Amino acid sequence: MMKIILNGEAFEAPEGISVADLIEQLGLADKRLALERNREIVPRSQYAEVALQPADEIEIVHAIGGG
Amino acid sequence: MQDKPLTVAGKTYTSRLLVGTGKYKDLDETRAAIEASGAQIVTVAIRRSNIGQNPDEPNLLDVIPPEQYTILPNTAGCYDAETAVRTCRLARELLDGHSLVKLEVLGDEKTLFPHITETLKAAETLVADGFDVMVYTNDDPIVARELEQIGCVAVMPLAAPIGSGLGIRNPYNILEIVENAGVPIIVDAGVGTASDAAVAMELGCDGVLMNTAIAAAQQPVLMASAMKKGIEAGREAFLAGRMPRKRFASASSPIDGTFF
Repeated sequence: MMKIILNGEAFEAPEGISVADLIEQLGLADKRLALERNREIVPRSQYAEVALQPADEIEIVHAIGGG
Repeated sequence: MQDKPLTVAGKTYTSRLLVGTGKYKDLDETRAAIEASGAQIVTVAIRRSNIGQNPDEPNLLDVIPPEQYTILPNTAGCYDAETAVRTCRLARELLDGHSLVKLEVLGDEKTLFPHITETLKAAETLVADGFDVMVYTNDDPIVARELEQIGCVAVMPLAAPIGSGLGIRNPYNILEIVENAGVPIIVDAGVGTASDAAVAMELGCDGVLMNTAIAAAQQPVLMASAMKKGIEAGREAFLAGRMPRKRFASASSPIDGTFF
């Protein structure tokens, strides 16, 4: 396992997990979301290819009510 | 009379009321209020997804489907250009390449007034990056002109502080902005009730964006309908051209033909 930062919190994930597998594991696979890795957007088309590294900072966001 | 539609970033809209989706009781009320408002452009905020909680909770974009509405993601809560730009890039990814954003960079938690220097910086970066930027700003005509020159597709001066419901505090500044603008001017923030929206439209604004005025009404759905009518009434009054103001009376009934 390796430690990453997920939405500001420490999170344990399998070494080298892909973005696609992380999203699947979180139960967010069919959700409308966007993902940043170390402040860079990871396009949805690359989720399967991008493997996470230890200490990666991941942000997963979605749309909520706002003005 | 035939009015020309509102055009923003090449897309036309028959409604000149833009609404937010914050502060509603639940998504049912959100949907009902947006329907009653007739709005076609609807703002959303971008926030962290809840990890490991309620994976089945309903999604805002299910009740305001992007196929039906133009979704306008905002950068609310950003206090510097960098976080605002990051937020817009996440929003573009979230919405499958959709480039229309509402840029709002705040300067102060108490007033939520815009941070103008950071707003200008963010606007330059976003325009260069291909975004269509609708920008929240203060009611300063010079700043509005600068934002237009940077390439923003709409300039959105506040009527009064966000969520204050104070109405248009500075109508002559709004008028000055409208008269010098080459892009749509949309009053964003500060209206409290339908007459405030009508005043903005009578000044010649192209539209009004609001959230709290509807969501914080005792009956939000009814207020959404009132706002729709206020916008339409104000727009028609602007197009009709109001009578000049006079200091003294002018009788409506003729003097000729009186029998007394």
